Amino acid sequence: MKAWSNLRHLVVALLFAAVAGGCASTNPAVDPFEGVNRAVFSFNDGLDKALVKPVATAYKAVVPEPARQCVGNVFANVNDIFVSINSLLQGKVGDAVSDACRVLVNTTVGIAGCFDVASKMGLEKHRRDFGQTLGKWGFTPGPYLVLPVLGPSNFRDGIGTGITSYLDPVWKISHVRTRNVLVTTRAVNNRADLLTAGDVLEEAALDKYSFVRDAYLQRRQNMVVEDDGKEAGKRADGSPLPLAVKGAVAPPPPVPESLWFDQANQRETLRTGLSPRDPRSAAAPASAKTSL
Amino acid sequence: MFKQIIKAALLVAAGFCACGAALAQDAPDALIRRAVDEVTAAIKADKDIQSGNRQKINGLVDTKIAPYVNFVRMTQSAVGRNWSKATPEQQAALIREFKSLLTNTYSGALSSYRPETVIEYRPLRWQAGEPEAVVRSLIKGTSAEPVQLDYYVEKIDGGWKVVDMNVAGFRLVENYKGQFSNEITNSGIDGLIKKLAALNKSNESKAKS
Repeated sequence: MKAWSNLRHLVVALLFAAVAGGCASTNPAVDPFEGVNRAVFSFNDGLDKALVKPVATAYKAVVPEPARQCVGNVFANVNDIFVSINSLLQGKVGDAVSDACRVLVNTTVGIAGCFDVASKMGLEKHRRDFGQTLGKWGFTPGPYLVLPVLGPSNFRDGIGTGITSYLDPVWKISHVRTRNVLVTTRAVNNRADLLTAGDVLEEAALDKYSFVRDAYLQRRQNMVVEDDGKEAGKRADGSPLPLAVKGAVAPPPPVPESLWFDQANQRETLRTGLSPRDPRSAAAPASAKTSL
Repeated sequence: MFKQIIKAALLVAAGFCACGAALAQDAPDALIRRAVDEVTAAIKADKDIQSGNRQKINGLVDTKIAPYVNFVRMTQSAVGRNWSKATPEQQAALIREFKSLLTNTYSGALSSYRPETVIEYRPLRWQAGEPEAVVRSLIKGTSAEPVQLDYYVEKIDGGWKVVDMNVAGFRLVENYKGQFSNEITNSGIDGLIKKLAALNKSNESKAKS
């Protein structure tokens, strides 16, 4: 769980990110609730600094790495159930079967998910969730939100998170103490994985709030347009794709119609097999089906 | 007659060799692979680096990575349309500060590299002859899910250099655009330079402690 994944974690989910002093100009199109969001961000940061981070640091110091890895794998195995469901909802039947096999193999041979045997067998772990599925179905992200405790989200992903927690088997455990222990362990283990990433963010960001926001939105956008093998988030001319919400992360001007079929775009078509007309077509359900 | 055939064959063979060498030199991924190999070899050979000695890691990044990175281009694209409004002195200061911020970030990320990490290259995204390419790789650590790490390279004056990176769907230089333009709107180009310098200074003192 360590190593380069920390680099990814810098981006992945700075659910526990910190707020920066000062104020940046707003981006009303993507982040209409910036004032409230900054306040929640600041609250989350205070909570993290006062409680979550110290607990996670102690946990990391006390629990040896193999044990932490086992804990992480067990919860990742539970999450693979949702990965499989979302693969299916996105029309990727092959992936859905492979994800279900992961759960089966890891739960049995991997002893309740403690060991990720499936990955060693070549069943690669995917990263899919309900927010991403909604995006693939054509839902726009909506305004950016910072959720209390949970951190960066947007309207669409908030709904996705809601669905996930509603179905989450860990939350369904009726024995309250067991449930609370498991939920806390999962949170602390996740936070311990992000400890180095937090340091990197601390050092890299001018304004942590907008750094985390832009990184989150960009990453979520890429997760929606990714179409295995195709480079995510790029137009035929190499400029980044605009987010579905207008104005997010400085969208470039649209490609004029006269350039749709110029030589460069034709080449791009051959390369990616995508229509140069609308690079967003990758996000549409129709093309998700064709990728079967 | 026989001699001539041998001669011709030799010429053809020599031709292939030359082409091969030229291609190898010209391919955008060759340089990335070399740089990555050198860095990972250096980390594997040095226990200090593995235990997170930041000064040594910084040195490694300066000597092995920085020469392959086009910091001028990176700064230009992060500053965006405000670039032309900056005086040459301001531009130089921006490049200096941004370079030091990026190398520090990279060093921080590198300090979590483990010798057992495997780097796998995905198909190169490049049309032969074009001055832009994406060298794509997957970082396979002990974690189940591999991490995407793509290098955007650009050929300027005959040499390939990195102009951006994509870490798991996150474009590093792209991400600074928003922050930079916010800072410039609020406190001008000098304000941005000051902010960068202050951040670098606090990072430096942290690395030493």
